[in-house]
Amino acid sequence: MNDQEGNNPERPDGEVNKPEGEVAKVKRGLQALAGGWRKCDTTGMPVCLDSQFFIRVNAVFAVIFLLIGGLAAILLALTRWEAFNLLRTDMFYRVLTLHGLNMLIFWILFFEVAILYFTSTTLLNAKLFSRKVGWVSLVLMVVGAVMVNWVIFAGQADVLKTSYLPLLAHPAFYLGIILVAVGTLVAVFNFFATLYTAKRDRTYEGSIPLVTFGAMAAAIIAVVTLLHGAVVMIPTFSYSMGWTGEPDPLWYRLIWWGLGHQSQQVNVAAMVAVWYMIATLSTGAKPINETVCRGAFVLYILFINVASAHHLLVEPGMSSSWKIWNTGYVMYLAVLASMVHGFTVPASVEVAMRSKGHAAGIFGWLKALPWRNPAFSAALLSLIIFGFIGGITGVTLGTQQINIIAHNTLRIPGHFHATVVGGTTLAFMGVAYYVVPLFFRRDFVWRRLARIQPWIFAAGITLMSFGMSFAGSMGVARRTSDIAPAEEAYGAVVHFFLAMVGIGGVLAVLGLLLFVGLVVATVLFGPSNVGRPMKCWGTAVDLGSKGAVRKGKGGSHYTPGTVVLVGIFLTAFVVYYFANWRALADVWPVR
Amino acid sequence: MSLESPKEDWFEPPHGAEKIWIGIALAWCLVMFLMMPYWHLFGQQNTSGETFRVSPRDFEERVDEFVEANQVGELNGVPVVEPPPGGDAFLLGRMWEWYPVLKLRAGETYRIHLSALDLQHGFSLQPLNMNFRAIPGYDYVLTMTPQEPGEYTIVCNEFCGVGHHLMVGKLIVE
Repeated sequence: MNDQEGNNPERPDGEVNKPEGEVAKVKRGLQALAGGWRKCDTTGMPVCLDSQFFIRVNAVFAVIFLLIGGLAAILLALTRWEAFNLLRTDMFYRVLTLHGLNMLIFWILFFEVAILYFTSTTLLNAKLFSRKVGWVSLVLMVVGAVMVNWVIFAGQADVLKTSYLPLLAHPAFYLGIILVAVGTLVAVFNFFATLYTAKRDRTYEGSIPLVTFGAMAAAIIAVVTLLHGAVVMIPTFSYSMGWTGEPDPLWYRLIWWGLGHQSQQVNVAAMVAVWYMIATLSTGAKPINETVCRGAFVLYILFINVASAHHLLVEPGMSSSWKIWNTGYVMYLAVLASMVHGFTVPASVEVAMRSKGHAAGIFGWLKALPWRNPAFSAALLSLIIFGFIGGITGVTLGTQQINIIAHNTLRIPGHFHATVVGGTTLAFMGVAYYVVPLFFRRDFVWRRLARIQPWIFAAGITLMSFGMSFAGSMGVARRTSDIAPAEEAYGAVVHFFLAMVGIGGVLAVLGLLLFVGLVVATVLFGPSNVGRPMKCWGTAVDLGSKGAVRKGKGGSHYTPGTVVLVGIFLTAFVVYYFANWRALADVWPVR
Repeated sequence: MSLESPKEDWFEPPHGAEKIWIGIALAWCLVMFLMMPYWHLFGQQNTSGETFRVSPRDFEERVDEFVEANQVGELNGVPVVEPPPGGDAFLLGRMWEWYPVLKLRAGETYRIHLSALDLQHGFSLQPLNMNFRAIPGYDYVLTMTPQEPGEYTIVCNEFCGVGHHLMVGKLIVE
C-alpha cells in the first residue's frame, strides 16, 4: 500500500504530467491525510483507505442485491410472457416484491453510498470523516436489507414494493426498510461531514468539482426523501405491531410517494453526475459552462419535492388545481434541468472531440468516440434510453389528464424501467468498469465480453420497455400474474407485446448476469494492477497536429452535432406528447 | 474537467446554442404546463376532484340500497343494475369482484360513485383504457358520459391479494 513515491502516471484520458501547481496541491492533500491513504496508480489522486474500504464493501453488497433482483426479474419476465406464465399466482407477487425492493432500494442505495464516499474523498483530496459512522451505516443497511429479504422469502410480506395500506406485511418488513433508510441517512451524514472537514482543512481550492456537486445534490434530495420515508414507515410499523390505529390509505400514498418518487430523483442526480464523470474519463470532456450544469442540479433540489403528486392524478381527494400545480409547475422545472443536462453532457463531449481534431462535418466526432470503452458506451446508452424513452414517457404519463389512459397499466413500468434501469443502473454499471480497477486494484478479466455487456443490457431493456409500453397502451394492467381472465377485452395482439416483454427481460437479465460475472471474476481473479496504471479501456484519440480540420468555426461553444441531436429529441417529445392528448380525446367524457 | 475543482470565477451566463436550448426547453415546459388548464376549459376528459369521506361499511350499505332499488337482471351471479339516466350510480371494488354490473345508456351522463371495501383497487375500463383508483374510505364521484354501446370489462389494476387477476367485472352500455 505504500507506493506513494511513484511518478505521475499516465492519466486514463491521455493527459500526462500535471502542472507543478497541481502536484503541490496533491502533495499537500496527501500530507493532510497523514497516514491511512495511498496514491492512485492510475490518476495520481490520493485514496483514503477508510473510504476505499467502504466503497468496496458497499459496491459488493450492491452487486449481491442486483443479482437477487436480477434472478427475480427473469422469473417475472417468463411469467408475464403468457406463453410460459411460469410462476404460480402467489409466488409471482412474492417474487415481484423481492424484485422491487432489491433493485429499486438495495442495489441503488448501496451503490449510491459508494458514490458518495468516492466523490467526497478522492475528488477532494480528503479523508473520510469517520470510519465508525461508516460502520454504523453499513451495519444498519445490511441488517435492514437482510431482514426485508428474509421476511419476503418467508412469505410474510406479499405486499409489493409499495405496500399500500390496508395491505399489511409482517412488522419486520417495515422495520427492515426503516433500518435501511436510517443507515443511508447516516452515510449521507458522513458525506456531508466529509465535505465540511475537507473545506475546513482546505484540502482543495475553490469550489468542489462538478461531479461532487452532483453527488451533493443527490444527497440533499436523499435527506428529504428519507424523512418522508420515516414519516410514513414509522406509523405503519407501529400499526403493524398493533400499537396504534391504521393510517389513512390515501395519506399513506401521498407520503409514500414522497419517498418513492423522490428517491428516483436521487438516482437521476447521481446518474447525471456519473455521466459527467465518465465523459471526462473517456473523452476528456470538460463542462462547457459550470454555471449552467450546477444550476440544473439546483433545479433538481428545489423543484422535485412534490413529485409525489403525479402518482395521485386519478385519485380521489385532491383537487385538479393541486394536481396541476404540483406536477406541472414544479415538476417541469425539474424536467427543464434534465433537458439542460441532456444538452450539456453531449455538448461537452463534442467540444472535447473537436478540440482533439475530430472536427469534420456535423457528426464527424461521433465516429471517433471510444465506442469500445464499456464505461463510455454504458453512459451514452444510459443517456439515450433515459432521455428518449424514460424521460419523454414519464413527463407525458405524468400529465394530469393523460394519466387517465396510463395509470397502473404496463405503460408505467415501461416508463420507469427506461429511467431507473436503462438510465441509472446502466450508468452505474458503466462506472463500475472504472471503480473495480481503481478501488479493487484489479484489471478486468474477459475484456471483450465487458465491451459488449452494456449493449446487451441496453438492447434487452429497450425491447422490454417498448413491449410494456405498447401492451400498456392496449390496457394491460401492471402487477398482474396472469391476464387470461381479462384477455378478451385487451385483444389478442397484446400477446405479441407481452412476448416482447419476456424476450427483452430475459436478454436484459443475461446482460446483468454477464455484468455480475465479470465483476465477481475480476474482484476474485483479475490481474492485479498495483504499482501500475489500470489497463486503459480506450479513450478518444487526440489527433494533435495531424488533425487537419481545425479551421473554420470552432471554440468552446461550437456544437452543431449536439444541436441536431437535441432537435431530434425535442421533435420526438412533442410528437409523443400530443399523440397522447389525441388518444385521450377518444375516450368517454369524464369530469 | 468535471472531476476537479473549476477555475475561480466559474460563474458565467450561458452562451450560444446552450442559451437557446435552455430558452426552448423552458418554453416547452410552459406549453406542457398550460396544456392541463387548457384541457380543463376545452377538453372533455378531466379527472374529478369531487370526493366524499365515507366509511367502507356505509358505502357498502349505499351500494346495497342502490342495487335493491334499481336491479334489472343478473349476470354471472352479479346483479345488473340500471340507474336512472343522469342519476347516481354506485360501484364497489372488493376482494375480488366489481359490484354490481352497471347498465348505462349511451349519451347519458351519470355520476358514478367509486370506492373500495377492503383494500385499494384499480378501476380499469377496457378496451377503452380509462383508469381510476378506488380507495377505501373515499367516495370518488366520476361524472361520465358513455359513448358507444357494448359490453365493457372492468379490470382491477391495483394489486389486492392472490385473487387480484381474477377481479374482472362488466359494464354494459345500451
